[in-house]
Amino acid sequence: MADVALQPNRVGAAQPARKRSSLQKALKRKSTAAFLMTLPLIILITLLVLYPAFYSLHLATLNKSMQRFVGLGNFEFLFKRDTFWLVVKQSCIFAITAVLFKALIGFIVAHFVHNIPAKGQRKWRGMLLVPWVIPPAMSTLAWLWLFDPSYSAFNYTLSFFGIGPIPWTGDAAWARFSVILVNVWYGAPFFMIMYLASLKSVPDQLYEAAAIDGANWWQRIWYVTLPMMRNIIAITTLFSLIVTFANFDIVRILTAGGPLDHTHIFATWAFRIGIEGSDIPLGASVSLFMVPILAVAAIFILRDVNKRGNEA
Amino acid sequence: MSSVTIDKAAPTRTVKYGSMSRDRKWALRWSYFFLTLFAIFSLLPPIYMLITSLKSSAEISAATNPWWVFHPTLENYVGLLTSNQFLRFFWNSALVSIFVVTITMLISVPAAFALARMRFWGSATLATGVFLTYLIPDSLLFIPLFKVFALFGDWTGIQLINRWYVLLFIYPTLTVPFCTWIMIGYFASIPKELDEAAIIDGASWFQTLTRIFIPVALPGLIAATIFAFTVSWAQFLYPLVFTTSTDQLVLPVGIITTLIKGDVFNWGQIMTGALLGAAPPLIIYAFLMDYYIAGLTAGATKG
Repeated sequence: MADVALQPNRVGAAQPARKRSSLQKALKRKSTAAFLMTLPLIILITLLVLYPAFYSLHLATLNKSMQRFVGLGNFEFLFKRDTFWLVVKQSCIFAITAVLFKALIGFIVAHFVHNIPAKGQRKWRGMLLVPWVIPPAMSTLAWLWLFDPSYSAFNYTLSFFGIGPIPWTGDAAWARFSVILVNVWYGAPFFMIMYLASLKSVPDQLYEAAAIDGANWWQRIWYVTLPMMRNIIAITTLFSLIVTFANFDIVRILTAGGPLDHTHIFATWAFRIGIEGSDIPLGASVSLFMVPILAVAAIFILRDVNKRGNEA
Repeated sequence: MSSVTIDKAAPTRTVKYGSMSRDRKWALRWSYFFLTLFAIFSLLPPIYMLITSLKSSAEISAATNPWWVFHPTLENYVGLLTSNQFLRFFWNSALVSIFVVTITMLISVPAAFALARMRFWGSATLATGVFLTYLIPDSLLFIPLFKVFALFGDWTGIQLINRWYVLLFIYPTLTVPFCTWIMIGYFASIPKELDEAAIIDGASWFQTLTRIFIPVALPGLIAATIFAFTVSWAQFLYPLVFTTSTDQLVLPVGIITTLIKGDVFNWGQIMTGALLGAAPPLIIYAFLMDYYIAGLTAGATKG
């Protein structure tokens, strides 16, 4: 790398006949050029990501009119509210269950796609990835219509099997099920595509060796596939955990937190309090509760990504 | 003659081969069976959108078989595509997405080039920082960002809130980190000999980027462009927070706030709007599936 670095200077020095001002020389230098190229990125991240992130820490310590410093008053207020603990519980149930099912379905479907002849795989993969391509706000509208209290197409179909009308979004337990179902529908294709990519990178010789040693299909998955895919599974799961935990669109459109705040997660509740209820400091404090979990997941992802970088 | 002797010579092997192929055939049948189930599950909502969009309001409220269209009509499509309000949403979405894609590429490609090739003080930290920024979700930043832009309006007198172009400042926080990250991966995979040769021939850093890196990493560039477009087209939270007037709304928010009026749901038009809103990403996906998937998997496998 160092010899490459010297090249531009050498080119510059080799042509002393052309007069250059010191500014032009500075521009020619590698570090200056690199700094200028990354400057827009640095400005963007500093002004619109880092500054708001730290500003929300400050916001969380103000009262509703944002004129008085109340310290940890907002957090004390939250801890005393039942709705807050409901939101914490629901956020954890929502994120963990949804990610588990996404990972499981993605793993199974990836195996089925991997099983069929290569020439048909493209078509199936194309169809199965459609949920991930449609903007979630749009597809959730379709789910809302499928779950409609009086015209539900699911209830219409189930009535033929003698299953009574299900209150998909009206009853707390069913509403929780529904938001998770829609999230799994939306997110499973991402897992499928990641697992499929990593399944394709497992060398066939390993399976042949396992087959010769008399391994059954379960042993082949447990001792060959899973160890080879471990890194991808970890990264995909952690990444999905972040995205699911911070989900907004699906819950907002499907139930808007109802019935009786039972499906609110951090993002939708922060929106309800901070934007709709115009209590910006309290809303900021609610969304800050996402930080610890996101930070833990981010640290593990970073470790895995760096590990892969060192192996390569 | 010889083939007959071979068949006779190895009868046991043929039997064994037959049983393995029968197992394989059954495994294949089960695979197709479950894949069909999953495909139905995946395609159910978009298909149901299409079915409902072809129905008239009278047919929907008559509660006939929801899975079948008895009197197909295009009245929902005609109604929406002649409505100035809906066209305005579409136009706003298109403007925002195209500008955001341009801004994203102008910021992230040079930055990725600098971070991948021109090692300088703090470049490794910055690359890690870019990746971490990509992990910060929109739902963490929308409240402070809203307040920041409100304060900015108070200080400078330039009112950005409730203007569609405020989204041009905000969306890049979602697109730039990821695009920079995958472009670092693509640029780092280009052999060093290529740019060394260019520099020996007297190319400047800028020429190395435009003549060598961008053409060679074109697939990555397309994948990043598709990602930036789909993210800005689908974004829902930021426009919901930052824009309220009907002439400033983008498509997803526009459909949800104007077509759902109180408890009156005009489902035929909502489903038509949702389908038209889902169409641009779906069309891009249909034609550029490989690039789309490359971008999707690159986030975790490159870098």
